[in-house]
Amino acid sequence: MSDITANTPAIPEQRARSAPLTAVGPIAWMRANLFSGWLSTAVTLVCGYLIIRAVMGFVDWAFINAIWSVPIGPNGIAQTQACRDLHGTGACWAVVTEKHRFMLFGTYPYEQHWRPALVCILFVALYIVSAMRRFWNWTLIPIWIGTLTAIGVLMWGGVLGLPYVPQERWGGLPITLILATFGLAFAFPLSILVALGRRSNLPAIKVLCVVYVELIRGVPLISLLFMASVMFPLFLPEGMNIDKLLRAQIAIILFAGAYLAEVVRAGLQSLPKGQYEAADAMGLSYWQKTTFIILPQALRTVIPPLVNTFIGFFKDTSLVLIIGIFDLLTAGKTAIVEPAWQGFGVEVYVFVGLIYLVFCFAMSKYSAGLEADLNKHRRR
Amino acid sequence: MSDATVDPRFRRKPPKRPLRLSWSDERVRGIVYQVLVVALIGSVIYWLWSNTVHNLEVRRIATGFGFLNREAGLPIAEHLIPYDPTDTYLRALTVGVLNTLKVAVVGIVLATILGTIIGVARLSKNFLVSKIAAFYVEVIRDLPLLLQLLFWYTVMQGLPGPRQALNPVEGVFLSNRGLKLPWIVWEPAHTAALLACVVGIVLTWLYARQARAKQYADGQPRKVWPAAVALVIGLPVLTWQVMGAPWQGDWPALRGFNFQGGVNVSPEFAALLIGLVTYTAGFIAEVVRAGILSVSHGQWEAAQALGLRHGSVLRLIVMPQALRVIIPPLTSNYLNLTKNSSLAVAIGYQDIVSIANTTLNQTGQAIEGIAIIMLVYLTISLSISLFMNWYNARIALVER
Repeated sequence: MSDITANTPAIPEQRARSAPLTAVGPIAWMRANLFSGWLSTAVTLVCGYLIIRAVMGFVDWAFINAIWSVPIGPNGIAQTQACRDLHGTGACWAVVTEKHRFMLFGTYPYEQHWRPALVCILFVALYIVSAMRRFWNWTLIPIWIGTLTAIGVLMWGGVLGLPYVPQERWGGLPITLILATFGLAFAFPLSILVALGRRSNLPAIKVLCVVYVELIRGVPLISLLFMASVMFPLFLPEGMNIDKLLRAQIAIILFAGAYLAEVVRAGLQSLPKGQYEAADAMGLSYWQKTTFIILPQALRTVIPPLVNTFIGFFKDTSLVLIIGIFDLLTAGKTAIVEPAWQGFGVEVYVFVGLIYLVFCFAMSKYSAGLEADLNKHRRR
Repeated sequence: MSDATVDPRFRRKPPKRPLRLSWSDERVRGIVYQVLVVALIGSVIYWLWSNTVHNLEVRRIATGFGFLNREAGLPIAEHLIPYDPTDTYLRALTVGVLNTLKVAVVGIVLATILGTIIGVARLSKNFLVSKIAAFYVEVIRDLPLLLQLLFWYTVMQGLPGPRQALNPVEGVFLSNRGLKLPWIVWEPAHTAALLACVVGIVLTWLYARQARAKQYADGQPRKVWPAAVALVIGLPVLTWQVMGAPWQGDWPALRGFNFQGGVNVSPEFAALLIGLVTYTAGFIAEVVRAGILSVSHGQWEAAQALGLRHGSVLRLIVMPQALRVIIPPLTSNYLNLTKNSSLAVAIGYQDIVSIANTTLNQTGQAIEGIAIIMLVYLTISLSISLFMNWYNARIALVER
């Protein structure tokens, strides 16, 4: 090395050169990421063209050519002729302007709509509080019980001067949130028990748990919902009947329990054997070992997949449409049954889809953030 | 660990302690707990069962599968086997199972292709391509499938009627009656050619196996592709030629109020297929991406250092390793697609759920109807997982 440098002629003194413009800055970025070769350039141009076409088409449809409200005729039927004249070149958001209260709250008494609205806010607040790691301790339990009680009082009424609203009239977003939240609140403890049972040494308990999980995971959710709506009344003694929403809720709990149990089991399996042995060596009983040593570590490792399961399960509550329960999607679908609004399904589904998207996207971002946060100790 | 390395002292079983009838004995407690749990669950099941028997008696519903031989009387628009409303319920349900399988098989193939493309696109160095793929995955995965299905069905119904049908290419019509495609008049020669193609594939496989065995023996690589072309393409073409080479197109044409001729893809099937494929592809894309990322960069470099060509690197080094990571989650996505096809009932495609549901409404045989649905899906699920587990075991890394 030194020989070579000794023999090469000395480089004449020069001013420090500035970095070449083609290596940093926006132009360089574009060269590297958009136009790195002829193929890449062609792909960029085609994609760029398609994106611009799609975005412009969407903006035209959704905003420029859109109609936001239509006059209501003397008989109370909306005059949607203006929307129909667009022939699909523009969105008819009038259906959303007109029907959004129905889509969000279903057939709940109109003048009482503030109650389900408040319930939705309470649910969102509950989610936000539960997502904050500061509250990840025993205080969360009274918060949940308190909020869920308040929600029940608000929805049913009949006390504190609130008029009573029967369950048949509930609908829309609160139903979706109720099915998801109560489903989760009951499925989670169930799933922990099942996961522990599946790992247990007791053969009878193990077999029961395996059969439960495999049976539920092998069939589609709607067959369970059908079971809840058609077969459940046959199971119960004569005269005893529980309402449709509760039956669907039970089906959803059983379904979610089986899926969550597998996630929890994965967490239990990921724990090194030494943790179990150390706990045994301390002389802890099975339940002490489980609650103090095993579960906290196991659950911590599976929080991200748990949140992903929650997302899937939040979306799956929409399946109650098939047995006629009035959730958000059913309310949206019902809103366009009226002859005046027939043919504007796309607008309604875009609106309903946006609501689902907001909830699921928030959860998925949260899950990604949590995953990064919890894996800090593993990063080098 | 092989037996030889185990300390012989540990091979002896631990001394068996006598079972003491005391609460402090772990085994006694275990037995007591199990007896309690089984008794509890057994009594709950007995209670439900006795209620059901009583209710069935009160409502005069006869149990059993005798209804399967009764005349169904329900019209089914799409059927792969001949079907008439005067046929039995059994035949109607078989049609439903076949319809489920049809959408599942086509859906799995298309979703795998689309998902792989999107997964690879997400890894593209091109900024626009990877961002489009990421946007697609994020949006598709955050919307309920049922919503997407209803959306596509609404879009299908919003298409113009047969008279104003969209006609992008000669012979292809898109209207609210579905998609019409040209087809050929099916003759025995085509069936024979198809069979010849299958035979050709089997023969090619055998030949490739033999060629590889010979290569292992003497180190000489043998070209397989000429034989493959001859067997897979040449044999069917020859068969077809020998049998008279019939080739008559069956072009759809508007007659009266509807199209005649060609094959029809119904709007229900199309909506279900588009919904299932786009939805599942979003999940498969992530699986494929994770699989490709799991192969370390060093493997590429090592393979290139050996002087392998790009295609060979991909085929021999990278794909086998990526597949190990891809196959298990891919299996569950296939299972999900199959189970999700049950949502067909919401948009009126007559799959097994839809037909079993109609059956149980017509006959009142709720228990049998739902049992049939569950049995069908359990069978399909178990078959897919058995096959994929077999495949997974074949490609799994063999360690000590």
